[in-house]
Amino acid sequence: MAIGPRMIRAYLALAAAGFRRYATYRQATFAAAATNSVFGFLRCAVVFAVVDAGARIVAGYDRAQLATFVWVGQGLIGTVLIWAPPDFADRIRSGDVVTDLLRPVDPVWHLLAIDLGRAAHSMATRFVIPIAVGALFFRLQTPRRPGTYVFFALSLLMATIVCFGCRFLVNAAAYWLLDARGPHIGWTLASGFLGGLYFPLWFFPDAAAAALIVGTPFPSIIQLPLDVLVERGSPADQLVLLTIQASWVVIMLALCRFVQRRGEEKLVVQGG
Amino acid sequence: MVAAQLRSQAQYRTSFAIDVVGSVLFGVLDIASVLVLFRVVPTLGGFGFAEVFLMAALAVTAFAAADLAVGNVERLRVYVRSGLLDAVLVRPLGVLVQLTALDIAPRRVGRLVFGIAMVVIAVGHAHVRLTPHSVALLVITPVAGAAIFGAVFVATATVAFWWIESGEIANGLTYGGLNFTQHPITIYGEALRRLFAYAVGFAFVAYYPTLRLLDRADPLGGPVFLAYAGPLVAGVATAVAALLWRIGVRHYRSTGS
Amino acid sequence: MTLIEARGLRRDFAITSKAGWLRRRTRVVTAVDAIDLTIERGEMVGYIGPNGAGKSTTLKMLTGILSPSGGSVRVCGLEPVPQRTQLARQIGVLFGHRSQLWWDLPLAESFALLRHVYGVRESDHAARLARARRLLELDAFLDVPVRQLSLGQRMRGELTAALLHGPHVLFLDEPTIGLDIVSKQAVRAFLTTLGATGDTTIVLTTHDLADIERLCRRLIVIDQGRIVHDGSLEQLHARHGSRRRLVVDLDEPLAMPLALPGAIIESVQADGRRITYALDGNVTSTGEILRRLTEVAALRDISVLEPAIEDVIARLYLRRSSDPVHDAAV
Repeated sequence: MAIGPRMIRAYLALAAAGFRRYATYRQATFAAAATNSVFGFLRCAVVFAVVDAGARIVAGYDRAQLATFVWVGQGLIGTVLIWAPPDFADRIRSGDVVTDLLRPVDPVWHLLAIDLGRAAHSMATRFVIPIAVGALFFRLQTPRRPGTYVFFALSLLMATIVCFGCRFLVNAAAYWLLDARGPHIGWTLASGFLGGLYFPLWFFPDAAAAALIVGTPFPSIIQLPLDVLVERGSPADQLVLLTIQASWVVIMLALCRFVQRRGEEKLVVQGG
Repeated sequence: MVAAQLRSQAQYRTSFAIDVVGSVLFGVLDIASVLVLFRVVPTLGGFGFAEVFLMAALAVTAFAAADLAVGNVERLRVYVRSGLLDAVLVRPLGVLVQLTALDIAPRRVGRLVFGIAMVVIAVGHAHVRLTPHSVALLVITPVAGAAIFGAVFVATATVAFWWIESGEIANGLTYGGLNFTQHPITIYGEALRRLFAYAVGFAFVAYYPTLRLLDRADPLGGPVFLAYAGPLVAGVATAVAALLWRIGVRHYRSTGS
Repeated sequence: MTLIEARGLRRDFAITSKAGWLRRRTRVVTAVDAIDLTIERGEMVGYIGPNGAGKSTTLKMLTGILSPSGGSVRVCGLEPVPQRTQLARQIGVLFGHRSQLWWDLPLAESFALLRHVYGVRESDHAARLARARRLLELDAFLDVPVRQLSLGQRMRGELTAALLHGPHVLFLDEPTIGLDIVSKQAVRAFLTTLGATGDTTIVLTTHDLADIERLCRRLIVIDQGRIVHDGSLEQLHARHGSRRRLVVDLDEPLAMPLALPGAIIESVQADGRRITYALDGNVTSTGEILRRLTEVAALRDISVLEPAIEDVIARLYLRRSSDPVHDAAV
């Protein structure tokens, strides 16, 4: 599929549209950011209870790192957008997806471009607000190495793409399933519990955590960016995490295109 | 080809199965995320595994019961936005009753059953002495807790009458409330405790009753009778929620959509 | 130049239905039954038929979102299904009940986005948009988010959007459905202007008879998957013996209504003062009949009624033609 300069401009325009679209949802955005902040307080209380009951360092994190983990994690939720209304699935079920097929752009890249635009907008709201609140009331750990900022930016971008991929696949299940509840429930459970949202995955036995991180895309969405940010380990360790994320980006995007192709075939051959 | 007809019948059954399995999984992971913490530390807020397990189980049961009874009230937002509420208002039956009317979703029943099972297991694990007194407390606590949660559900949904986009905040308070009640309140700072534990009444859902059931003194120095204050708090909460609801409906009626 | 060519185009659907408790019956329904189509550049074709005749199915196959069960089809020299993305650049499609605009954005932004998506030159895009704004009066609602537009406004926006990339063929599936009369007229006027230039080939399906009358120089009627007519509206009338009617009001009733060659007396009303004749245009003319009538009676008033298109179409829809393929060669 050709990606020439024309197409790049097209996708940039779509991203800009995504940005503008979410800019109109001001009220909902701030309400969500407020909720994230409340949860930040609750989670912080829990992780502090853990750290205070144990040694100063728990599962490799100290107090400041855990606080950062919680608050930046809350900021991440709205940026990578773990929970979104199933617009694409609705379009598939209603048949409106044919209008997407009749445009000369691939539906996966089309939706990804829009989502990246949305994420860019979220940086200014749902990302910074919880972090600002957290920084106000708690001591957060700022990166000690300048390289971490670059690493984290990359990691955030990749986390957004992986999360998009997961959401796309959950929606694309609508090509085959009348009732999307299964995949949706599975995704909500997996992204939270297996992604590092409720607690750092390293609270699990090391082997289990490592298996999840390498073998599933979920930790690449929350756990890995946060581990990169709090500088868990050396720069080399950070690079390893980035590599794992990059691998999942490639895998998820390939999977999305594959599933989309199959879904289109089904639609075109069987009819709507 | 044979699958097609079987598929449609099976799909209903599959949906049912997914619902039940999903709800149980939710419950498992919910409790597990509290208990996983004990992998890394021996106590949480001064309480051990068995004690927190009982607290979490009671909280989950209360939440599930509330969800079953009035969980549908969150649909209020959808009704208001789509204008369907007008149709509901015209009917003689109470608005709240209509909204929450009999929706025995298998998902919700599954969660309640799971919660009750967890309470039973937690009671056994913590070696709670089963006397008429403790059994009564074990039964009353989730009921009162359900009423408290239910009041929170209704109250947060009511905000939709004034502010359509309140969905996220409502979710925060309800699911945040669940999260709050699963842990001993000793871990929370003063401000959080004042707001959620006492003002909203979440401490009476699981924390105080559990203290009584396990014969533990409150590290915060609260008197013993607080364990029995659940029903009273529930009554107040319900009254407040009902009032908010009435005001909301009246507001909606007067301003239109 | 032939832009649309279909030979023996067929599409079957497998419909499963319950037959008892567990058993299922599958029958094959042929929605489009080996039709042939040839549409040249610049034509304005109406593709009509009763509900379920196969109109939408044909359109889907022509645009590449449904694969044929048999036969061949080429649009703009491309095969629609395998080369769908390529074809998308050459055609514009408007489904009456689906939207191709971005729901939350103002209309103007949708247009701007489409320019990038299709890679249209700025000058071309601006020219086309200006023309559409003028002819469809878009300025009043260009900045309104699409989800807040009325149906008429939205349809005008959709029509513009479908043409911004200068497609060679425009497919319209029920474009005027549900519109108020003013919007319908605007859309029809726009399409007429567009068709007059000869640059764009227009294929439209519709149930609106006024659409048919005003827009379709060529009419292809499909019924139960087969083409039962392919020609002009006049040819349709001629084929089905549509007759003009002549209603004459007389001062005094005639003792016996005048029988005239080529004119059938359809009705006699008002005690013989009003006679309605149905004319066979091949045998006689209104002028001839009036001349004969004035010889024997004093006429107070006359009116001439053109053949009602509803009757022709309805009759066509109800008919079970025995040899539709040959009829189509008119």
